[in-house]
Amino acid sequence: MSFAKLSVSALAMTVAATAASARDQVQVAGSSTVLPYAAIVAEAFGENFDFPTPVVESGGSSAGLKKFCEGLGEGTIDVANASRKIKDSEIKACAENGVTDIIEVQIGYDGIVFASDINGESFEFTPEDWFLALSDKVAVDGALVDNPNKTWADVNANFPAQPLAAFVPGTKHGTREVFEDKVILAGCEATGAFDLFKAANGDDKKAAEKACIALRTDGVSVDIDGDYTETLARIESNKDGIGVFGLAFYENNTDKLQVATMSGVTPSTESIASGEYPVSRPLFFYVKKAHIGVIPGLQEYAEFFVSEEIAGPDGPLAEYGLVADPELEATQELVASQNTLGM
Amino acid sequence: MTAPSTAASTSIMVADARTLKRNAAEKRFRAYGLAAIFAGLLALVLLVGSILNNGASAFKQTFIQIDVTLPESKLDKSGVRDPEVMKKATTVTYAPLLRDGLMAKLDELGVTDIEKKEVGNMISKEAAAQLRNHVLANPNLIGQTIPFEVLANGRIDGFFKGRVDFASAELDKNVSPAQLNAALALEDAGSLETRFNLGFLTAPDASDQRPEAAGLGVAILGSLYMMGVVLLLALPIGVTASIYLEEFAPTNRWTDLIEVNISNLAAVPSIVFGILGLAIFINFAGLPQSAPIVGGLVLTLMTLPTIIIATRASLKSVPPSIRDAALGVGASKMQAVFHHVLPLAAPGILTGTIIGLAQALGETAPLLLIGMVAFVREYPAGPPEGLFDPATALPVQIYNWTQRADPAFVERASGAIIILLLFLIVMNAIAVMLRRRFERRW
Repeated sequence: MSFAKLSVSALAMTVAATAASARDQVQVAGSSTVLPYAAIVAEAFGENFDFPTPVVESGGSSAGLKKFCEGLGEGTIDVANASRKIKDSEIKACAENGVTDIIEVQIGYDGIVFASDINGESFEFTPEDWFLALSDKVAVDGALVDNPNKTWADVNANFPAQPLAAFVPGTKHGTREVFEDKVILAGCEATGAFDLFKAANGDDKKAAEKACIALRTDGVSVDIDGDYTETLARIESNKDGIGVFGLAFYENNTDKLQVATMSGVTPSTESIASGEYPVSRPLFFYVKKAHIGVIPGLQEYAEFFVSEEIAGPDGPLAEYGLVADPELEATQELVASQNTLGM
Repeated sequence: MTAPSTAASTSIMVADARTLKRNAAEKRFRAYGLAAIFAGLLALVLLVGSILNNGASAFKQTFIQIDVTLPESKLDKSGVRDPEVMKKATTVTYAPLLRDGLMAKLDELGVTDIEKKEVGNMISKEAAAQLRNHVLANPNLIGQTIPFEVLANGRIDGFFKGRVDFASAELDKNVSPAQLNAALALEDAGSLETRFNLGFLTAPDASDQRPEAAGLGVAILGSLYMMGVVLLLALPIGVTASIYLEEFAPTNRWTDLIEVNISNLAAVPSIVFGILGLAIFINFAGLPQSAPIVGGLVLTLMTLPTIIIATRASLKSVPPSIRDAALGVGASKMQAVFHHVLPLAAPGILTGTIIGLAQALGETAPLLLIGMVAFVREYPAGPPEGLFDPATALPVQIYNWTQRADPAFVERASGAIIILLLFLIVMNAIAVMLRRRFERRW
C-alpha cells in the first residue's frame, strides 16, 4: 500500500534528521551593508580554494551579532558581519553562552553620501543645512521654535527654492546612527541649537543630544525602512527628493544619481580614506576563535578577506565601493595571529 | 367591473413599470459584474505585463567569443601539468589572459580608442573562474590558444537589451561609450551575440559584481527539496488526521476544540511558524541552519491545516449512502473508508494538497528566520543528504535580488518571478485537471 510506504519514508526522514552531518562550509550572518562585500569575498574564496563557498546571510548587524552570541558548535554561525563595533552588552551576552574568544577584524570604511536626481539641481551641503532642513526644532533668534523651513532656499540662501524632501534610512539601519551622529548632531552644535536644548533640559547633555536628533514629523523627512533600492525609487518618483545612500550604491547608479558635497568635499574612496569626507564609518566582521580548526576554511576565509588582493585599494572590494583601510597590514597580522578582543 | 386603463397595464405583452424596473436592475447588476471582472483582469494584465516586460530579457544573455592564449610561464611554471600545483594560479592570473585575448581581437577589428582597463571590464568577472576551471580540468591546453566563450559584463549586456545607451554610459562610472562602440564592432564581426541563456535557470547565485552570471539553480533545487519534504510529511499526516476526525472520532468537546484550533492554525501568520522552526528544529533539535529540511518542516506545519481542511471537506462530500452500503454488505469501518470513501474523495484531497503546496512554494517570511535568506553558491547534494546542505528558495532569491545595487538585478528578479509564476500555474493547472477528470458529482 502506497500509504504505508509514505508513512515509512516520512519516519525515515525524521530519523535521518536526528543524525545531522558535519558542516563543511563557513557560515556568515549580519549587516546588510557588509553583505555585498562578504558575498564578493565568498565567491572568490570558493573559486580559488578547495573549500566550499561560505554561506552569507543578511539581516542586520544586531541580528547577526545576536546569532553569533548564541553559543558554540556547528549549529551556530562562525562569522558575524557588522557595520558598527560590537557593544559591551553583546560581548557579555556572548560570554554567557560560552563565546569568549572573539577576533575583531576591521575590513575598511563605508562612506555615506547624499544624492539627488541626476537632472536636478546640485547641492553643496554642510551639516548645518541638514540640521536646519530636517530637525524638529531649530534655533531662531535665540529661541527654539518648530522648524519653519519649507524649501532649501529657506535653509541656505545659496540654495535654489526647491521644496524640502529627504529620504533618510529608518531607525533599524546602522546608517541612521551615523547620519544622526555625524550630520544632524554636528549641525545642531554648529547652529547653536545644542546649547539651547541643553539649557532647556537642565544642562543634561544626553537629553540635549536626543532632542537634537529628533527629526521633523510633518512629512518632509521620510524614513526608509527598506534598502537603498527603495530610496532610489522614491527619488525617481519625486525628483525634488534627496536621499541618503551608501557610497557603493551610488557608485553603481551614477547614471541616475548625482552626489552632493559635504563641507566642500566630494565623497570618494580617496577622500574618505584620507578622512577629509566627514560622514563615514568602519565596517567589521567578528570570528569565533573556538571554531577555527573545527570548521574547515574559516581561518583561510578571514585571511583571504583582509588580503591585499581583496581588501586593498586595487582589489574588488574597493572597486565595488569599500574604502580600503590604510591599516590593512596590521589587520592582516591580527588575523594571522588570531588575536582576540581584550588581549 | 371594467377598467380599460388597468387592463392595458396587466397585459403580458406590455411590461409594466415594476417589471421595467426589475429588468433594469438586472441589467445593471450584470454590468457591475462585468465591470468587476474587467477590473480584476486589468490588474492582472498590468501585473503580468510589467513583470514580463522587465523580466523577459533575463532569459537572454550576451556572450563574447575570445581566442585566449594560455602561456605556460604564467599558469604552470613547474611544467608538470599537475592540477594540484596549477591551482596556485588564481583567477587574478587568468583575468588578464582573457583581457589580452579580447584586446587582440579588437585590434584586429580596428578598434583602438579604448583603454586596457575598459577592455578588461567588458568581460564578466565570472569568466576568469570559468577559464580557470576549464584549464584545471584540461591541463593539456596550456601553451595553446583556445577559443573560449565568456559572458559579457552586465552593462554591455544591458546595452543590447536597451537598459544602457550612449547617453547613460556617458554618466555611468561603470561603462563608457568606448566600450559600447567596441561591443558594436564585435557584434558586427560575429564575435558577440545575445541569445537564450540556460545559465539563468541552472547557475547558482552570483555576487553583486557579476549580475550577468547570477542564476536560479540553487534556489530551484532548494524549493524542490522543500516541496518534497512538505509532500512527504504533510500529505500522510494531514490525510490521516482528517480521516480520523471525520470518520472515527466521536463528536465531543475535545474534537470541537481540535477543530477550532485547526481552523485557527490556518490563519496564523507564516512568520510565526518561522519563529517556531528556529526554536524547535534548529535550537532544540540541532538541525543545521539554512537547510531545506528545516524549511520543509516549517512549511509542513504551515501547510497542514490547509490540507486537513480540504481533506475533511472532500470526505464530507462523499454521500453517506456509500458508507452505509459498504457497511451493509459487511465491510469493516476501515474497509469502508479505505476501499470506498477515500478513492472517491481523492481528487478533492489532491487538489487541496497542491493548493497548499503552491502556497508554501511562495512563502518567504518563515525562511527568513531559519537562515535560508542567504547568499548560497554551492549546489546542495542529492537527496537525502542534500536536504541538510545550505540552499535558498525561489521567493527568497527574488527578495535578495531586489535588494542589490546593480540595476541589472531588477531584470533578474523579474525573471525569477516569471519562473515562480510558471511553477504556480503548472501546479494549479494540475489541480484543476485532477478535479475535472476524477471528480464525481452526486
